[in-house]
Amino acid sequence: MTPAATPVPSPTAPGVREPGPVGLPRLLVGLDDGATDLAAHTRRFGPVSTSRVNALGAEVERAGLSGRGGASFPTATKLASVARSGGGVVIINATEGEPAACKDHLLTTRAPHLVLDGAVLAAAIVGSAEVYVCVGREDREALRVLGQAIAERPAHEPSVVLLAAPHRYVSGEATALTRWVGGGDAKPVWGVRPDERGVRRRSTLVQNAETVAHLALVARFGADWFRSIGTGREPGSALVTVAGDVERPGVSEVAFGTPLARILDQAGLVGQPQALLFGGYGGSWVGAADAAALCYSNKDLRRVGASVGAGLVAVLGADRCGLAETARLARWMADENAGQCGPCQFGLPAVADALDRVAWGGSSRADLARLHRWLVEIDGRGGCAHPDLTVRMIASALRTFAVDVERHLTTGPCEHVRRHPLLPVPDLRGEPWR
Amino acid sequence: MAVKQASLRILVVDPTLCDGAGVCAELLPEHIRLDDWGFPIVHAPEVTRETRADAERTCRACPKLALHLRRRDR
Repeated sequence: MTPAATPVPSPTAPGVREPGPVGLPRLLVGLDDGATDLAAHTRRFGPVSTSRVNALGAEVERAGLSGRGGASFPTATKLASVARSGGGVVIINATEGEPAACKDHLLTTRAPHLVLDGAVLAAAIVGSAEVYVCVGREDREALRVLGQAIAERPAHEPSVVLLAAPHRYVSGEATALTRWVGGGDAKPVWGVRPDERGVRRRSTLVQNAETVAHLALVARFGADWFRSIGTGREPGSALVTVAGDVERPGVSEVAFGTPLARILDQAGLVGQPQALLFGGYGGSWVGAADAAALCYSNKDLRRVGASVGAGLVAVLGADRCGLAETARLARWMADENAGQCGPCQFGLPAVADALDRVAWGGSSRADLARLHRWLVEIDGRGGCAHPDLTVRMIASALRTFAVDVERHLTTGPCEHVRRHPLLPVPDLRGEPWR
Repeated sequence: MAVKQASLRILVVDPTLCDGAGVCAELLPEHIRLDDWGFPIVHAPEVTRETRADAERTCRACPKLALHLRRRDR
């Protein structure tokens, strides 16, 4: 990391902004020394002032910051909604439900104070004195580092409560996390948004940890600085986890609009991949040929039916079976249903069974046609987006691996089905919902 | 015209309450059918003048009170 990229902290007159770090990385600037204490954080990013907080909401809107948890929702809109209600609750979501992603872990363990700056600033914008940071209870390192960081925060700030959340996939969904913070099961709530009715019926802001880390930089360096990289419609940078068949899997920070090929090259792409999974396990498979010329942005990814989602880019090598891989993901997503809604509880296991037959043998034309019908019928009929995202991910696989589907049906499973699984599918079925 | 617009209602199932009793599909087949596991698919959500009374009765008949009539704008 070059020291030149780090801003030099100096006392500034009110209203005069520090020059922000030039280029990339932004969130991950100067982290190589491994220091996570408040002094190192202030050296790295400079001080942050909460005195201009009245203008900060408008600054976030001008910056065009969007949520980094999966839905890419405009952050300023959420902030304004909770601010209108007054006396709301703030939940920072660092639960990292995606098994193959590790950006929440990286951010909370390497730049905990940036996340806490963002949490406190978000609370100030919406007028909240009740702030929770939720980390998956399996991530002991993040819990330890954040706990130490919280103890260092200045006394005038609202105190941040660190919570160890249940380790289930849908627990990180905004309504589920809100329900859990309020004392219930970490299962999704139907028909009401957290900003309408959240923790103890109060308006609740749920923001991903990366989103508020960006907010903490907008507060320091302003909207113009934020917009100086990225695209006009999707400004700024984002954390991307590259997983799968690459030599250097892991998290990197990229500007929106960066050519996908460059991101993959930096992760050490070996040979020509077969396909890519974008977003997360509830994302979309895209054939490598269709993805080759794309840039990393929602605008480009939507052209091929995908989105940046939670920032996962999983690479499937040429000598893999996309159907076997997808069948494992489908089974895992089925196992991770919350048991609340029939179409998800009964539909997803049936879909996973049918996909098993496509991948490992025993399917037929009629079986496949029924699978396609189920994928359409299940979509939109759960209490949250879990069934929708799961069936759309499977539908994208059946499109992307259409040639393999045909081959598996006519000549049986391909030679790659018995390979070791590429993407992690940890068994969480015994994990409690509280 | 405005009055007519405001009176438009759609059928909505709360999937977290529904336990697949199937009463709705039996009473209101012109709007609701069941999937392969016995859970309702609202294939025609918009309630017409002709089906409004039946739809209201069906909502009341749901053993879990999971079926709702909502204004279309919600």
